[in-house]
Amino acid sequence: MEPIIEIKHLTHIYSPNTPFEQKALDDIDLTIYRGEYLGIIGRTGSGKSTLIQHLNGLMKPTSGQVLFEGQDIWSSKALTHSIRFQVGLVFQYPEYQLFEETVYKDISFGPRNMKLEEEEIDRRVRQAAAFAGLSDEILSRSPFELSGGQKRRVAIAGVIAMEPKVLILDEPTAGLDPAGSASILANIDAYRQANNATVIIVSHSMEDVARITDRLVVVSHGTLPFVGAPREVFSHGEELNELGLSVPAVNRVFARIRAAGIDLDPAVYTVDQAKAALLKALARKGGR
Amino acid sequence: MALKDITLGQYFPGNSLLHRFDPRSKILFTVFYIAAIFLCRWVVSYGFVLAVLLVFIAISHVKPKVFLKGMKPVVFIVIFTAILNLFYTGGHVLWSYGIFKITEEGLWKAGFMVLRILMLICCTLLLTYTTSPILLTDGLERLLRPLKRFGFPVHELSMMMSIALRFIPTLIQETDKIISAQKARGADFDSGNLIQKAKALIPILIPLFISSFRRAEELAIAMECRCYHGDEGRTSLRQLKMAPRDWVLIGFCVVMVAAVIALRILGL
Repeated sequence: MEPIIEIKHLTHIYSPNTPFEQKALDDIDLTIYRGEYLGIIGRTGSGKSTLIQHLNGLMKPTSGQVLFEGQDIWSSKALTHSIRFQVGLVFQYPEYQLFEETVYKDISFGPRNMKLEEEEIDRRVRQAAAFAGLSDEILSRSPFELSGGQKRRVAIAGVIAMEPKVLILDEPTAGLDPAGSASILANIDAYRQANNATVIIVSHSMEDVARITDRLVVVSHGTLPFVGAPREVFSHGEELNELGLSVPAVNRVFARIRAAGIDLDPAVYTVDQAKAALLKALARKGGR
Repeated sequence: MALKDITLGQYFPGNSLLHRFDPRSKILFTVFYIAAIFLCRWVVSYGFVLAVLLVFIAISHVKPKVFLKGMKPVVFIVIFTAILNLFYTGGHVLWSYGIFKITEEGLWKAGFMVLRILMLICCTLLLTYTTSPILLTDGLERLLRPLKRFGFPVHELSMMMSIALRFIPTLIQETDKIISAQKARGADFDSGNLIQKAKALIPILIPLFISSFRRAEELAIAMECRCYHGDEGRTSLRQLKMAPRDWVLIGFCVVMVAAVIALRILGL
């Protein structure tokens, strides 16, 4: 796989040389690949928001480097500005950042800042709206008369319209009902597959993220204790628990059963996996 | 972010004598002190008032550097006032060049005006640095209570003040977040001419206004849910109590103003 973002020895300190000095990220190394679906999980205050704001040049590392396609994103001012369009960042509760008179104008804010041709802007706005599951009829309405879920779709479309190679979303489903969450996640995946884009989802809930991503990064106290496929990460169920992360219930149940002396797969994190693992264990027992 | 560095009516927790005074006596001190500043006439009275201020700064245990930082926003006004007074006061000419001339009277007047503005800022900073916003509004409410008889909405005013003070940090945080979000969409706040820069503020101001209205509505509902119904029959968790030291401070205020008036009559 081809790397798209490489983080090298990244350290970030807030208010350095003051009594409020605080190390948010501590010597982090991470490589993110083209087209992968990455999940970043960690508790509030673990440093995950700080981490993602380094990926598109909103924050400058105190020390260390962030490379985008092999180039240090802080090597020139023009490059830092252009990175913002290639690495799209959707903040938490993005609907509070809408400001235009119509949905169309709001979505076109990003592409317009890219100084694209009018026709290209139009194409991108319509395509982004389609990816975000917004109908053509909504485009001419005011974003402030939409429902909460629709507002969020508009905000996500506003970032997708820049057609970023990397799309980062901070808690994209926070405060949405299960049906709305599933539908937004499906829209995001459609964008990823259509453009071979990298998608990074940030969440404090492991259960949701583990189900959809290829790889998980756990952030804790400014370091990355676990990086790997969800199965690998969840095989450390107890350590994750100690870090204060809510491990899926099935994983905890299995840990308790294992503690009682019954050999079960430790890396289980969905009900389906649990069912398969149980059946396998029963078959082994029945065979004996 | 520069936004985080704003010190607006910032309170520095502490336990100095000044921190322990009742907010009412401190507010009265500030009022009397401001009156004293405007009653000053000549070097002796200015010197006396300045000495009082320096003593109070010393016993506040707040670093002098903090006061200097707090005076930064008025530097422009101070310079402007100094220049106006310097060149536009008639009298004994010391130096002139074309239409510009500096007089002895102008020099004195400029010096006094600068000192007056700086002392004014400093004494109000002294109040906000050593009094928490809640105590400050509580004190103000109690002091203004007699005005209620004339239909003045004292309680409402102080409630509005506490809420405004409470939301300043929240709104700063919110602004910070909105700026980041619009930057992530390629918004550029630093380049372009003045009109372009002003236009670039729209994507920040509109979301900020909307969220302020939303917050106001949420707060109103939350207050009603907790049975807030204004001033009628409302009791306070913190009962303000005047200690002997507060009466000493108020006594000192009266003496200070009397002294300045005496100096003024003597032409000092």
